[in-house]
Order: sequence, then C-alpha cells, then structure tokens
Amino acid sequence: MSIHLLRRILESLLILLGISIVTFLLLYLLPADPARQIAGRSATVQTVENIREQLGLNLPLYQQYWHYLSNLLQGDLGRSYLQKTEVSELIAARLPATLLLMAGAIVCELVIGLALGVISALWRNSRTDRVLTVVSFTSVSAPQFVIGILLLYVFAVKLHWAPIGGYGTFAHLVLPALTLGILGAGWYARMMRSSMIDVLEKDYVRTARSKGLSRSRILFRHVIPNAILPIIAMIGIDIGMFMSGIVVVESVFSWPGIGQLAWQAIQRVDIPIIMGVTLVSACAIVIGNLLADLVAPLVDPRIRVR
Amino acid sequence: MSAMIPDNEADMTDAAKSPVPLLEVRDLTIQVATASGGKTVLDGISFSLMPNEVLCLAGESGSGKSLTAMAIMGLLPKPAARITAGQILLAGRDLVDLSETEYRKLRATRVAMIFQEPMTSLNPVMTIGEQITEVLVAHQDISAAEASKAALELLTEVRMSSPERRLKQYPHELSGGMRQRVVIAIALACQPDVLIADEPTTALDVTVQAEILDLIAKLQERAGTAVIMITHDMGVVAEIADRVIVMRAGKQMETSPVRQLFANPSTQYTRELLAAVPRLGSVAASLEAHELANTATVVEVNDLSVRFPVRGGLLNRVQQNVHAVEKVSFSINAGETLALVGESGSGKSTIGKALMSLLPFDGEIRINGRATRGLSRRSLQVVRRDVQMIFQDPYASLDPRMMVGDQVAEPLIVHGLASGTELSDRVAWLFKRVGLPLDAMRRHPHEFSGGQRQRVCIARALALNPKLIVADECVSALDVSVQAQVLELLRELQEDEGLSYLFISHDMAVVEQVSDRVAVLYAGQVVETGPASAVLGNPRHAYTQRLLSAVPIPDPEHQRVPFVRSTEDIVSVMHAVGTAPEQQLLQNHGRNHWSAREAG
Repeated sequence: MSIHLLRRILESLLILLGISIVTFLLLYLLPADPARQIAGRSATVQTVENIREQLGLNLPLYQQYWHYLSNLLQGDLGRSYLQKTEVSELIAARLPATLLLMAGAIVCELVIGLALGVISALWRNSRTDRVLTVVSFTSVSAPQFVIGILLLYVFAVKLHWAPIGGYGTFAHLVLPALTLGILGAGWYARMMRSSMIDVLEKDYVRTARSKGLSRSRILFRHVIPNAILPIIAMIGIDIGMFMSGIVVVESVFSWPGIGQLAWQAIQRVDIPIIMGVTLVSACAIVIGNLLADLVAPLVDPRIRVR
Repeated sequence: MSAMIPDNEADMTDAAKSPVPLLEVRDLTIQVATASGGKTVLDGISFSLMPNEVLCLAGESGSGKSLTAMAIMGLLPKPAARITAGQILLAGRDLVDLSETEYRKLRATRVAMIFQEPMTSLNPVMTIGEQITEVLVAHQDISAAEASKAALELLTEVRMSSPERRLKQYPHELSGGMRQRVVIAIALACQPDVLIADEPTTALDVTVQAEILDLIAKLQERAGTAVIMITHDMGVVAEIADRVIVMRAGKQMETSPVRQLFANPSTQYTRELLAAVPRLGSVAASLEAHELANTATVVEVNDLSVRFPVRGGLLNRVQQNVHAVEKVSFSINAGETLALVGESGSGKSTIGKALMSLLPFDGEIRINGRATRGLSRRSLQVVRRDVQMIFQDPYASLDPRMMVGDQVAEPLIVHGLASGTELSDRVAWLFKRVGLPLDAMRRHPHEFSGGQRQRVCIARALALNPKLIVADECVSALDVSVQAQVLELLRELQEDEGLSYLFISHDMAVVEQVSDRVAVLYAGQVVETGPASAVLGNPRHAYTQRLLSAVPIPDPEHQRVPFVRSTEDIVSVMHAVGTAPEQQLLQNHGRNHWSAREAG
C-alpha cells in the first residue's frame, strides 16, 4: 500500500512539473505585455524597458522558467506585479473560502445527484423518471452564470431567502455552492441512474431478495454501495471541473476566493498570480484524484492492493 | 421441519406416497409480456413435493425450469412475467397472491434458493460473514454476536476450510466452489423446509461439482429438507433425484421416479434426451482404434511453457511468475483428435492460445513443420490459416451487429483469399457444409439458437481451410441434444477433410466420445497421456483417477463412490522469479500410455 502511495505521489509531482512548464509557455506566448500593463499607457519606452529588466522579463525564456522553478521549490510563488504582495500570501488568504465553496458544491452534487439517480432508477421509465431526465439534462447544459443569476434572482432578490452575495455565514454559502454543484448533480443523476439499473439486475441482488431482506436493506446495503463505485472515481475529476467553475461562480456571488483573484489577475496580466492560481488548481486536481484513488479501495475490496 | 410430518417419515422414496405434500404446485401457468401480447412460457405445471424428497426438474434451456423456481420464490421479474393461472401451495397456503411483505417472511425461512453462478451471486463489497449473518438477523430475534457464531457454525457445516478467516473475507478472495458453499450456507441458515437449487454445479469443475453434490445430499439427509434440483445434466439427475419432472418448452413432459425414468421412459422426448447423453465408458475400444500411425504430423509441441509475470514494488518489476503451462510436449497427426482435460486453471485454454500464437511462449510449436515462435506478423498470418479456433460461448464470439454471412467471409477477406462471386460462393458452400440454410447468411446472430450459432462459428473456422481446429469447450454451453449434433458435425468434417482437433473440455464423457488420444493437465503440466481408451479406461495417475471418479453417472442403478479430494490437489502455480516447479517425469505403460511418476 505504502509503495503504491509513494509511486502515485512521484507521478503526481511529475504531472505538476509538466503543468508548470506548459502554463509558463502559454503565458509567455500571450500577446499582452505585462511591463506595458504595469507602466500604463502614457509611460515612455524607457520606463517600460526598466520595468521589464526589473522583473527579469528580458531574460531568455529558459532562464525565466529556471528562476521561477527554483523559487517555487523553496515555496516562493513570486510577487504580484500590481498588488506588490507575495502571491503565496494572496492565495493563502483566499484559499479557505474556495475550499469551503468546493466542499459545499461536492455535498450539493452528491446529495442531489445521487438522490435523483436512485429515484429515477427505482421508478424507471415512469413519469417521475422522465421529468428528472429533463431536469438533469437541463442542469448539465445550462451555463453556470445563467444558473447563478437565476438562483440569485429567485431566492435572493424575489424571495429574500438568501443574501445577494458575499461571504461569512452558512446562508451566504448555499446559493454559490448550489450553482457550482448543480452541473455535477446532473451528471451524477444520469450516471447513478444507469449504474443502479445495472446493479439492480445483478445476481447478488437476486440473492439478497431470495434471503427475504427488507426493501430498504437491499437498497442501502446491496444496491447503492455497488452502484456508487463508478461515481467515486468521478469525484476526483470533478475537482478539476470546479476549478473552471469557481472563476464564474465567485465573480457572480462576489465570493472572495482564488477564482475571483484569478479573474482579476487575468484582466491585468498579473502573471505571477495567474501562475500561482494555476499551480494551486493543478495541485487540487492531482490531490483530488489521489484521494479518489485512495478512497476507492476502502469502498471496493476487489481493488485493495495486496 | 414442518410440524405436520410424522417423525418416522424417513424413507425418501416412500415419502412420495405420503398424503401430505409440503409444497404443491397446481396447474401453474406463466405468461411474459411481448410486443404482440402475452406469451405462455410455462403451461400448466403440476407437481407435489414431499418432505425429505429430492425432486429434479430436468430439461433443456428454455424449458421453464428456472421460471418455475422463481415463481415459487416469488421472484418473477414483474411486470414482464406474471402467473396467469394455477396455485402454489406451501403447507396448504396459496402463495400466488401473497403480498411482498408476507412473501419476504417466507423466503429463507420456509423456501430458500441456491443459484447457478457462484461467481456473481454474492455481493462483492460485503464480507462473507455479513452476507450470512444478515439473513439470520432479518428473520430471527438474534444478537449480532450470536449471529456471527451461527455463521461460523454454518460455514463449518458446509465444510469450508478455515471458516473463521472466511468470515472476514470478500467473495473475490474465494474460489467458485468455496463461494457456492457460502451460498449454500446462506440458503440453509434459517433451516428452510424447501431448498431450491438452480443448476448449482453447472459452473463448477467436475471435482468441485462432486463435492457440492455430496454436500447437498448429506445436508439434505441430515436436516430432512425437501429439495427441488434444477439441472440439465442427466448424470446429476441420476445421482441425486428421487423423482424427476422432464420439461420441454414450458410443458411438463413426464413425471416419474428416477429409476423408472431411466429404465423405462414413458415419452419419446425423454428417450431422445437420455439417448443424447454421453456416457463415460460407453465407447467400445474397437471403435476408437482408427489407424492414424502413418499420417503426417500437423502440430508438434516441444517443451511449451507459458508464464504470466506478476508485477509489484516501486519500479513495477516482475516479482513472481504464474507458470500457467510448464514444459508441455505433444503432437497431433492429420485426422487425429487430441483432448486436453483438466480442471479450471490447469492451463488447457492457454495451450490453445499459444498454438494460435495469441500469447508469448517459451519452447517450440511447429505447425506443418514450421516453427511459429519469433515469426513476423506477416509470416505468422500465413501460419495462422492452418490453425483456427472455436470458442465456448457462441453468443459472445459472434459480433451482434454483423450479418453472420459477413462474419464467415471475413477471414477470407482478411487473408485476401477470395472476393466477388468467388467469395459468396465459398461462404454459401461453408453454410451448406455446416448444415445451415443459405438464407441464414443474411441474418444477425440473435436470430439463431445456440447450436446454430456454434455452426456459424464452425463455418467461420473452416473458411480458411485449416489443418487444425482448436475447439475450446465448444459444446459446453449447448444442450445435450444440440451438443450431440455439433459433435457429429465435427466428426463428419474430420472424416471428409482430414481435420485435426485439439479438443479442450472438462466433460470426460464427451472427451471419450470424440478423442483418439487424451492428455491430462494438472497445474500446467501433463500428468498422464495416451490413447483415450487407456487413459479413461485404465487411468494410472492418481489425479486422473480422482478426476474420473468425480464424473456423475447418468444411471441411477450405478452410483459413483463419494468423491474424496486429496490435499495434493491444491498446488500453487505461482513461483518466484528464477525458480520453476519440479518437472513431472513420465513413465511408459506400453501402447503409448504415459503417466507421471508419483511421489512416494
């Protein structure tokens, strides 16, 4: 087990290194010039050149990357061009809010998605199933900013059940978490439905019925634990999906997380922040997948490593 | 046991005359919903089951055996299938209109069931212990501690090795036979009056089958449970039944005590069914001596070894090898059939795949004198024409979306051997050759029965005009009557085309019928080989003897002796890198009959 874990961690580090190279290259190829952005439109060529030299932007690409990497290995993500603060401090200040939002979203998508999937499968081809199919496809295909604004309009503006935006209480969390989680909920509802239908036909469910067990025992002990297995592997991938979603959701709900930070940095070509947020997101995705890998053997004894 | 049965009601055959049946099925009729309305799939079945009795439902696939069982258990797939007429009386109480809640209380306590597929009938994410205790907890007022104590006792009762450890294990850690023991333990947990066993040994090796049948018989005798045994195997029927119901296409053909059924069947169908059953020892030695000494050698295998690496550790290096096949040598002449027999995991199918060059191997395989090892893809393609394969499952080995004519034509196209009208003529000839109508070419696999599909597979294998056909359990999935027809086709083709067969099978009676020579495989090595009559008629190696003693005899007058497994039967084929198992040395008993020297 520990050898398996060590191997997975080594693989993850290689992935992160690759991501840092690709992101660095992409940002370098951007047509925007960060030095000009910092200096302002009216600055002279000399000022821009000075800023460029200050930030080391005139060095060859590989040297720039090497500097970045060697700093990174010491835990230094660089300084923001515009906010003049350490990127690591900026991210650290905002990460808890984002993690809270993601946790809320995971709870939303699992609770809603799994419940809808189970209901659809148990009453397969009924009217309820057809309505839920439409609902889940809608939630999968609707853009998040539309869902976010819709929820805000209905529950905050009209019904006054939730605050319009901001951060602090549980009430603040509900709408953004729902907006972020609803896409995944739609997916999970579909996946859980087909997985449940598959499991309901299995021989061991027939065995369970022949034992004279109660419906609820069969459902919660025999069907759902088996039907949920393919979903668990998906949760790791989901964290990646969230990363693109949080930029939108945090902007719509003024949620002070790293998505908002990234959005502001992208608008101002604040490369150290963009790099930092990208790496943190990549870390989150890698850790998410690692966790999914570690949790899977706990729920499925067949894949326990000897 | 039910209270109304007198204590001295012990004699099972006399029990049939008892006036108080435990279970009575009257005129049971089941319909399934189809696009064109209800279709009757079970038509007026009536029988009674006496306490202590073993009643066999025998018949071929689609006869309605399992449907009858599911109806008694109240587990028919509703609303697709429903009981349209008749009664199921358990101790006088009609179960047909029972509510689900009421039915639930009967399952496991009054009527319990064992299913065919031990590999899939246990929940993969629950421990064995929990799967046994949950049935006790559901029906009895029992604490968790008492339930696990009872589970341990049950596992001991079904003669499971190291039962304490098994309680904490998961199904995938157990073999098929062990899983079936768990299923039996679950079924017997609440001491049901009626035990329904639906083909409980069909998916198991013949030796394991013998153990499980012995176990069911012993438990049944001890607890006095009445058993409904569903089987297609007349050998199993002869061995275990008191009375037999022969079913066909949803109808009850015949109901007789077992001896009468075998001695004096009352319907033509039963006579045909019994006639189609291959019997070990029925082939006269003279018939089998068909002279082949002077024909050319088609396949020669020398010291064939196949190993599968088991990787592990940080760098994923090979740590152990599974020695699936270890230094096996044999040859097959033109027009000859060599049978490979042995239990699952003995390496039979692996040898077949090596002959097709479908996996890497050590040693030498010569086909028509040409060594196949290390050949390029292109040269291998030419060699492969000479060896073709027929698989066990004709359902899985045909593409469901392709017309069967195209599937038979495909090898000819791939090898660039025919095109245009020549191709269609050749395919038509092949269909005629295997006894299929020409209009079958334009149909899809689902439109055929199992036997017809296997004919399509044979036609496909014949397309390239091969010298050798590797037939891997090619009749195991077929009903006996269909099996007999397919075997006859294979024999005809051998006579006409001079084909050679490598016939892989676990069914000794079939092997005796078709093979000239037999090689017995055990843990990847040949332990005995020689002419079929010598190996099967006069087995020298203890393993061969045990294997043959496990075969059920389709004759209630001649019962086999109870099967005894030897502790030597369980040998691991996993070996550390660089080590190999001790090689079995064969000694000659004359007439080319060889067997491995045994220890001690």
